[in-house]
Amino acid sequence: MAERMRVGLFITCVNDTLYPDTGRAVVTLLERLGVEVGFPEAQSCCGQPQFNTGYRSETEPLVRRYAEAFAGYDHIVTPSGSCAAMVRDHHPGFAVPGAADAARRTLELTEFLVDVLGVTDVGAYYPHTVTYHPTCHGLRALGLGDRPRRLLERVRGLELVELPGAEECCGFGGTFAVKNAAVSTSMGRDKARAVVSTGASAVCTVDNSCLMHIGGVLRRAGSPVRPVHLAEILASTGESAGATGHGTGTRGAIR
Amino acid sequence: MSGTFLGMPRRAVPGNRPGAPRDFPTAAEAAGRNTTLLENLRHATHTIRDKRARAVAELSDWPELRAAGAAIKDEVLLRLDDHLERLEEAVTAAGGTVHWAADADEANRIVTELVHATGETEAIKVKSMATQEIGLNEALAGAGITAYETDLAELIVQLGDDLPSHILVPAIHRNRAEIRDIFRERMGEWGRAAPGDLTDRPAELAEAARLHLREKFLRARVGISGANFMVAETGTMVVVESEGNGRMCLTLPETLISVVGIEKVVPTWRDLEVFLQLLPRSSTAERMNPYTTMWTGTTEGDGPREFHLVLLDNGRTDVLADTVGRQALRCIRCSACLNVCPVYERAGGHAYGSAYPGPIGAILTPQLRGVGSELDASLPYASSLCGACYEVCPVAIDIPRVLVHLRERVVEGGEVTVRGSRVRLRPARGHAAERAVMRAARWALDHPGVVRAGQRAAGRTRRLHPRRLPGPGAAWTASRDLPEVPAESFRRWWRRTREAGAGGGTASGDGQREDRS
Ligand code: SF4
Repeated sequence: MAERMRVGLFITCVNDTLYPDTGRAVVTLLERLGVEVGFPEAQSCCGQPQFNTGYRSETEPLVRRYAEAFAGYDHIVTPSGSCAAMVRDHHPGFAVPGAADAARRTLELTEFLVDVLGVTDVGAYYPHTVTYHPTCHGLRALGLGDRPRRLLERVRGLELVELPGAEECCGFGGTFAVKNAAVSTSMGRDKARAVVSTGASAVCTVDNSCLMHIGGVLRRAGSPVRPVHLAEILASTGESAGATGHGTGTRGAIR
Repeated sequence: MSGTFLGMPRRAVPGNRPGAPRDFPTAAEAAGRNTTLLENLRHATHTIRDKRARAVAELSDWPELRAAGAAIKDEVLLRLDDHLERLEEAVTAAGGTVHWAADADEANRIVTELVHATGETEAIKVKSMATQEIGLNEALAGAGITAYETDLAELIVQLGDDLPSHILVPAIHRNRAEIRDIFRERMGEWGRAAPGDLTDRPAELAEAARLHLREKFLRARVGISGANFMVAETGTMVVVESEGNGRMCLTLPETLISVVGIEKVVPTWRDLEVFLQLLPRSSTAERMNPYTTMWTGTTEGDGPREFHLVLLDNGRTDVLADTVGRQALRCIRCSACLNVCPVYERAGGHAYGSAYPGPIGAILTPQLRGVGSELDASLPYASSLCGACYEVCPVAIDIPRVLVHLRERVVEGGEVTVRGSRVRLRPARGHAAERAVMRAARWALDHPGVVRAGQRAAGRTRRLHPRRLPGPGAAWTASRDLPEVPAESFRRWWRRTREAGAGGGTASGDGQREDRS
């Protein structure tokens, strides 16, 4: 099955610029599972920041670019719950040729793994205590359900601990984080407190935007808990995860 | 003024009616400094939230009920004029009188005249959002009529010269000690005083309120209410409440005046059945509502001899013209969206600056009042778009979708309906810098070469990046660290490792790769 599929990686602008490790992890993981990954360089941003702030007309060129860049791929896979939700829920609402079709072919990484490849054991090894925050878009917009959890449960060495109040928003919310900085920070601090209370050494999500927020609050508080994208956990095997503890992320910076 | 607008004085109770907030973020930030308020809110919202979740989980057909509720309301909204005419006929046939009020002023004038016609100078009130929305109490006071709130929480708000901060629990921002102080210091001015040795035990507080209110129920000749539903086929009004005070107001006076938003009509009793399941579980987490009062016009020798229904538009017909925004009119005011909202929980109800706080307020107020003021233009942004409100809403209002729709109205302007005519709105002022950033970002993102260059520059200078940003970025770095910019973007890594030799596809990057296919 995996041989003939044309799979395009939609890296997202945030991951491209700030979290390339996540992108490399997705490539590593998918190729390990026998998937041939393409990366159309014409791709850019899904338009979520513009769209969610009300700039619909600034969004349209990005919707067009997305549809064109990914034409011809059977599946478009992205390591971001919120970008997948943006594409699936909102791109079809634009009068752009191919937008609805591209939206239909777009999958968040865990959906692709569980629903298309039919795997939950991806051969990962990650000897750490991890807590999982189901991001709002993953949870409510995409309805990822227990897919991330099922994948995490099959990671060797990993101990998954429950996050109290897991379904509450972390407070990122795109431009909300600066427009309503006080409320956003208060939400972030409560989320960070819940994370720390689990005793986990890492908090993982399917979205680096939320992790940037949660991680930013944790780091400001001097917490050693490390934000890790789910893809990076799933990509680790004995060799890469062992010595350094958490792979080689640029987010490492435990002070 | 500024420090007290959320009204949490240690010792109550000089007139501390909250002023109108300048904008949502400022008000929310001020609320965030009030730890007592936050604790009250957190405790109350989480308690109701959990109870609601359990009550809803008991019903296996909840999704169907919810879909039915949404469908009935949508159907009503599509033919609202027909349903209202049918309702008017039925109410009139049953002995009631129907008045039509285009806006708040007209509604207030009608009610004032009706009370004057009775010769009375006081009225008792059932808790009502519509009269809150139009500022009826203030209008009546201006005409020499005193309106007494009889819902326990509304009583607390009225005695404290305060404003409601929650749809269901208007005094949610008050704790027991404050309520005791308010009762002790203020009840005497409004009628029967509270005992001097009143403590903050709930039973004592309730008893003081009961005695105070009983006097008013027995004396009043005019009652004023809203209604949760109006059944068009029979002209029946429905008020859903938990305390029984509402039933007193609805049955004891000689004249009853109900001010009801036009969207509250349902076609038939069969439709009502759906909502009488949806509402109690969503709002108070009860399986069945404790006091459901229904009346149809007037009945000789039973209840009020005169019944007036004031049908309130006040912007609703304009909202109806907006195909995305109109779903806000499905709302049955259960307050479930407030109780799950992480923003409401941290901002409190007063920050929303209207009778409608929380997520529903954030989508309703900017539609009813427009987005002309700084406050109203800030409301659609009072959300992280987490979607918890949409998930619990018993009539499936897609609140995040409407929020984004209204954000578009704020920053891009566009056509809206105001008092029946189409008007082209200009983009709101104060967003010029943001608009420029969004446009520049879109331009860059639409030119991957520009993005690549920017990433490379950022990567090279990454050691120089400050930990604290100036300008709008400070709103981030004041409380959160920034991620470090990596030396190499993903794009660049891909080019370097993939495109160079193999021409894309399967060339090896970093890390091991054991194909299992
Ligand atoms: S918007 Fe929905 S959840 Fe909120 S008060 Fe109205 S009906 Fe209830």
